[in-house]
Parts: sequence; C-alpha cells; structure tokens
Amino acid sequence: MTVIDSPRTPARPARRSGVNLEKWGWVYMRASGVLLVVLIFGHLFVNLMVGEGVHAIDFGFVGGKWADPFWQWWDVLMLWLALIHGTNGMRTLVNDYTNPGMVQKVLKGALLVSAVVLLVLGTLVVFTFEPCPAGAPADLLPSFCPAA
Amino acid sequence: MPENPAGTLTAPEKPAKQKPGGTLYRGREGMWSWVLHRITGVAIYFFLLVHILDTSLVRVSPEAYNAVIGTYQTPIMGLGEVALVGAIVFHAFNGLRIILVDFWSWATRNQKVLFYVVIALWVLTMLAFVPRHLINVFSH
Repeated sequence: MTVIDSPRTPARPARRSGVNLEKWGWVYMRASGVLLVVLIFGHLFVNLMVGEGVHAIDFGFVGGKWADPFWQWWDVLMLWLALIHGTNGMRTLVNDYTNPGMVQKVLKGALLVSAVVLLVLGTLVVFTFEPCPAGAPADLLPSFCPAA
Repeated sequence: MPENPAGTLTAPEKPAKQKPGGTLYRGREGMWSWVLHRITGVAIYFFLLVHILDTSLVRVSPEAYNAVIGTYQTPIMGLGEVALVGAIVFHAFNGLRIILVDFWSWATRNQKVLFYVVIALWVLTMLAFVPRHLINVFSH
C-alpha cells in the first residue's frame, strides 16, 4: 500500500543547527516588500502621473533622472530589492508545483542565473550610463548636454 | 424511536441543502487573496525581467531606447499599463495585509475585513491613476 504523506510534511527535514535560511527568506519578503511599496509607488508616480506621464519617457527623460545620484540609487535599490523578492517568490511556486528532482533543480537554477545576470546588467547600466553619448543626434539628448 | 413520543408522527425535516462540490475546498477571502497574490506576483515578475532589459537599451543608444520605449506609448500598451499597475497596487496592499496578519493578532482575527479594506484601497488608487493615465495615452 502506498503511504501518502500528510499535507504539510516537508520534502526534507529542516536543518537542526546553523542559519535558518527559510526564516530569513520569510523575513526578507516582508522587509523588502515594505520598502518596495514606497520605491515602486514613487517610481510609478514620477514616471506615469507627473506631467505627460508615459508620453514624456524617452532617452532624455532617463538621462535627466540619472544625472542625479538620488534617482540612480533609487533605481538600483529598487532593482535589487524587487528582483530578489520576485525570484524568491518564484522559488516558492517551484517548490509548490514541482517535486524534488531534476526538473526542480533546473527551474531553480534558471531563476538564480537570470536573477544574477539581470542584477549585474542593471547595476552596470545605471552606474556606467552616459547621458551625452558622442555622435548621437542632438535632439534626442537631455537639455544639459553640450551638443543639445 | 425515542425522539418521537408514541403516537406523534412528524414529517421528516427537510434534509439540509446539499452544497455542490462535495468535499472540494472552496475558500473564501483568505483563499482568493492568496490566489490573486500569486497571479499578480508572477505577472509582475515577468514584466520586471522585460523591463530591466528594455531599460538597459539606454546603454546601447538613444535611438534604440526610444524605439522600444515608443512601443510602451501605444494605446494597447497603455491598457496593458493599467493592468500592470492594477496588479502592482493589489500585490502591494495585499502584501501589507499579510504582514499585518502575521504580526498583529487583531489583524489575524480580522483578515477577512482587511481583504475588503485592500479592495477598497485598490479601487481608490486606481480611480486616481486610471483616468489620468488614459488621458495621457489617448490624447496623443
């Protein structure tokens, strides 16, 4: 006879000593969630509600924002908090809807790799951004560029 | 029949109305808030992947970035942005509800009420956002 585990039986027993990573993941979701409400509501308000909203967004708009370290750090903080929050949430879904095994390992590996690649890419983009690239059409540049 | 004293036959009581679905779990506010939190979370996650990549085009050239961001300014994407903001606002307010339910015993007892508070705050926020956004989208 097949014995079916009770619904809340963990796939493997919890670690008995050391850092409880699942607990800190649980704490992270709540702490980052509160910060993200502020960061993302601010992001949406400035980019979609002020002035012409979505129609004002272009290269010059981004250049104008990232000329200010305040918005650089706002966006980088939002990037790290949101992508790790989202990746950990997706990990919860993988745990819920797949069984331990190769498929689950591949899915979690894909989540980890895409998060690391996008965190590195996004951080480099924000901090190496060149608002006045040489040779670009003057009418596409922010107004503070010498060529504009 | 000890329930029926001798000589008093009564019609059997109407059987309790059978609910459809038998043993299928049909949750209420708690389950639906959980379902919506998952669906909106997954949707926001996949948008975030795309949004990091499209924003990264500012590092390629002004023309490349403007070409892609221009597709966000079409009427169809304008409606998509309403759906996106709706998902984000629900996930945000329901996430705060989850934190309250976790840490505050009053909120644990009143999680159903708090679900309707989340819905009300969502409606108010969307009333502030949607008209303004649609005017921006459709007035160009």
